[in-house]
Amino acid sequence: MDTLIIPDKKALFGGFFLIGLSGFGGVLPQAQHQLVQRRRWLSDAEFAELLALGQILPGPNIVNMAVAIGSRFHGARGALLAVAGLLLAPLVLILLLATLYQHYQQAAWLQQLLAGLTPAGIGLLLGMVLKLAARLPRHWRPWALAGLTFAAVAALQLPLWLVLLVLAPLAVGLAWRWPQGGA
Amino acid sequence: MLIFLFLMFMQFSLLAVGGANAIVPELHRVVVSELRWMSGQEFAALFALAQAAPGPNVLVVSLVGWKVAGVPGAIVSLVGICLPSSLLSFWVARWWQQARGSRLTTAINSGLAPLTVGLIGAGVAMMAASHPPSLTGGVLLAVCTLLSWRTRLNPLWLLAAGAAAGLLGLV
Repeated sequence: MDTLIIPDKKALFGGFFLIGLSGFGGVLPQAQHQLVQRRRWLSDAEFAELLALGQILPGPNIVNMAVAIGSRFHGARGALLAVAGLLLAPLVLILLLATLYQHYQQAAWLQQLLAGLTPAGIGLLLGMVLKLAARLPRHWRPWALAGLTFAAVAALQLPLWLVLLVLAPLAVGLAWRWPQGGA
Repeated sequence: MLIFLFLMFMQFSLLAVGGANAIVPELHRVVVSELRWMSGQEFAALFALAQAAPGPNVLVVSLVGWKVAGVPGAIVSLVGICLPSSLLSFWVARWWQQARGSRLTTAINSGLAPLTVGLIGAGVAMMAASHPPSLTGGVLLAVCTLLSWRTRLNPLWLLAAGAAAGLLGLV
């Protein structure tokens, strides 16, 4: 295993600044790239762990993750720095874009740009799911739960809170009951 | 108005179970149908913009705030939606760090891992369904999937390639 690195406060802000700035069409693939592969602040397993927590807690996932990661390294101040780094540049940019957008909404080049960005962004996210899925144990239980979650949200279009309210306690309960079978 | 925005998004914060996109239907209902701050069309445009722009999708709330109360509205809305959930995350993360390795955290961790895969997978499927890719778009999607899965390439290169292909009219 590669050794992990503990960032100082400046690096914490800078790292999340970059993640926020470069996360077109969703920040998660860029977050994984920066935090795990490039900067080595977290192992693959820790990233998956924090991502799962960020998903289950209410609120924007990536902000939750920034809070958890920032506070792990530098307490409350670290959490604030990580979130501020994450949101600052995108906030300024999106307000500029919103002003411009009203003028260029119909421009053909903008439509073409979005037409190219969208499938690339979807592919990136799919690649990340495959990486996460490869970490699941070779046991029917976790795969059945993943399939069930997918079906409930994508096919049945059930509201997320309902799916999580039912499946999260079930999944945790199963993992508690059989720590080996599917852990 | 600023206080109203702040309080409104504070409430939304704890409703956003599963991520910022979870509140979009409810936000649409409140902002368009109930408060009549903007038309459905305007809302859809702001949402698309937040999706396409760099940064977390939660920024859509700052656009709603901006539309109603300018830059201060944008800031107040964003802080409002992040604050309650961040406080909760902070306390949970602290507890998690202390309880790490116990049977409970191990069970939570291994139990939630498949749900994460299912949830993000479902997000991918729904995005693909709402923006069905053309033939070349499908190829682009497959190549990006493979490269991001199998290599450590910075995702920005793949997005840049996608943007270039789009501008050249290939997608």
